[in-house]
Amino acid sequence: MQQEAAIREPLILGNKSYKDITDDVVGPIEGPAPIGWKIMITIASLVAVYGVGCILYLLGTGIGVWGLNKTVGWSWDITNFVWWVGIGHAGTLISAVLLLFRQKWRMAINRSAEAMTIFAVIMAAIFPGIHMGRIWVSYWVLPLPNQFGSLWVNFNSPLLWDVFAISTYFSVSLVFWYIGLIPDFATIRDRMKTPLAKKIYGLLSFGWSGRAKHWTRFEEVSLVLAGIATPLVFSVHSIVSMDFATSVIPGWHTTIFPPYFVSGAVFSGFAMVQTLLLIMRKGMKLENYIHVKHVEYMNIVIIVTGSIVGVAYLTELFISWYSGVEYESYAFINRFSGPYSWSYWMMMTCNVISPQLFWFKKIRRSLLATFVLSIVVNIGMWFERYVIIVTSIHRDYDPSSWGEFHPTHIDIGVFIGTLGIFFTLFLSFARFFPVLALNELKTILKSSGENFKKLHTKA
Amino acid sequence: MSKVFHVMYDDDDTLKGAASQLVAQGVRVKEVFSPFPIHGIDPIIGVKRTRLAIAAFMYATMGTTLALLGMWYFMIQDWPMNIGGKPSFSLIENLPAFIPVTFEFSVLCAAHGMAITYLLRNGTLPGMPASNPDPRTTDNMFVMEIVSDENSMTNEELESAIKNTELVELSIKDYES
Repeated sequence: MQQEAAIREPLILGNKSYKDITDDVVGPIEGPAPIGWKIMITIASLVAVYGVGCILYLLGTGIGVWGLNKTVGWSWDITNFVWWVGIGHAGTLISAVLLLFRQKWRMAINRSAEAMTIFAVIMAAIFPGIHMGRIWVSYWVLPLPNQFGSLWVNFNSPLLWDVFAISTYFSVSLVFWYIGLIPDFATIRDRMKTPLAKKIYGLLSFGWSGRAKHWTRFEEVSLVLAGIATPLVFSVHSIVSMDFATSVIPGWHTTIFPPYFVSGAVFSGFAMVQTLLLIMRKGMKLENYIHVKHVEYMNIVIIVTGSIVGVAYLTELFISWYSGVEYESYAFINRFSGPYSWSYWMMMTCNVISPQLFWFKKIRRSLLATFVLSIVVNIGMWFERYVIIVTSIHRDYDPSSWGEFHPTHIDIGVFIGTLGIFFTLFLSFARFFPVLALNELKTILKSSGENFKKLHTKA
Repeated sequence: MSKVFHVMYDDDDTLKGAASQLVAQGVRVKEVFSPFPIHGIDPIIGVKRTRLAIAAFMYATMGTTLALLGMWYFMIQDWPMNIGGKPSFSLIENLPAFIPVTFEFSVLCAAHGMAITYLLRNGTLPGMPASNPDPRTTDNMFVMEIVSDENSMTNEELESAIKNTELVELSIKDYES
């Protein structure tokens, strides 16, 4: 049996057995919904309904109801799109990259991080969809035979690469997530008492019975999917960054964008995972499974990716001067001293300075500090996309068309609305799905459980 | 009459030890049901390595081919477009711009092809009935299935060999294949 060094902190606290893990994870699903959950989902779904209302109004009226003008043609909408896609990067990173590196701590967080990924990507996909104005013709992005004079979509365009990247990312993440869920649904199915619940979880578990050969295949599928999902994670946000980087707009036209966007995505994704899990572990009493060590590990990822983002900000600032291109250097001078400088400095403070606080062990291991900083990081990352998009285009080559962007209440409503839809989906997930990969957790109990580690040290 | 023995253990390592012990005595263990993968059980009970990864590679190759073929047809053969002066008259010249979609489509085909093959080979599909002998095997119990037909021992010999292991429960039923 595999053993771990005694000085390594245990990943599962308390005197847990296999049975306890099942009880702790499935227990909250069987019991009645807690009042706190009811309040939260009511608020979230009300906000979601408001957002859907804003979207319907937008679709019925046209995208003129946004604050866009002829100079600023992309703004909140694309900011929100990139922000949500970025958040959607942590889940697959946790489940794929950390699986390849055999990181056992991922098992406590991968399930909910993947759920977050899937919901975030759905939110992201809303934005380019409604930005089309006529969403009912959104199937035009697919290369379908048509009656418009053999007109095909343009495979040279990063916007089309995005269609393929986002849809592949979404569907592959969904499959990866569901394959992991099947054995856990089987566990719930075999515990449920009421016929209806038994029937539903029976359907969801696809008749899983835990045979030895099936487990061999399960592990092989997880490994191969992790192997192909890893480059996929990196490719998706690289392609999103190419939407900007392949244009000729000063401030967008830079080769640093792909790595800079990918690390920013992981940075914001982990921050969102922290925000959600810190609440979930408390609400569902999972403190023994997701504890300070897990939070610390995630904070270390946040320091690393946050520092890469910081270096990228400074690099693009330096290069804008060093390139000698006056349009390029103006774009950056305008960023930090122009009419949008407040958002630039907001981004710098939230993304460059605040994650550096995690170098202090006390802060890195403090749940409250982590919770506050995770929200700060997500605000910062939203402003990063806003700064990149709006400050680069609001003053273009022709000063007579310089303008500014002011969001309307529909801009704001659609964004807040997606937050509502996201939280509604996530709360439903937390109520009815196994929020921890409980059967995978059992495989690390003997090597990383507190009670078993104590036994080994004594022996 | 052929019998099926369901031997229940409360620990994965105990089951593994018991399986080794029985296999050494010439018993064939038909199946093991467990709540999570028991590492190292496969060689003991003779489960062969899965070929799913090879299938995934073939699906990926299919995706690469289809993507390139499709883009060659749309962008080069059927309706070449001059977009920003980019070369659009042969696949090889236009290839750099086709790499992202080729990659994404290969991953798409590999992942979905592999997942569908996995579900079909397992026979785990929506609406399939569960076939684990005891509901506790998805929680904290580990069950070994031994069929007397596949073994040269008599039912009594098998039973006494099984009872020599650290089992928790034993159920013996008539075997219906």
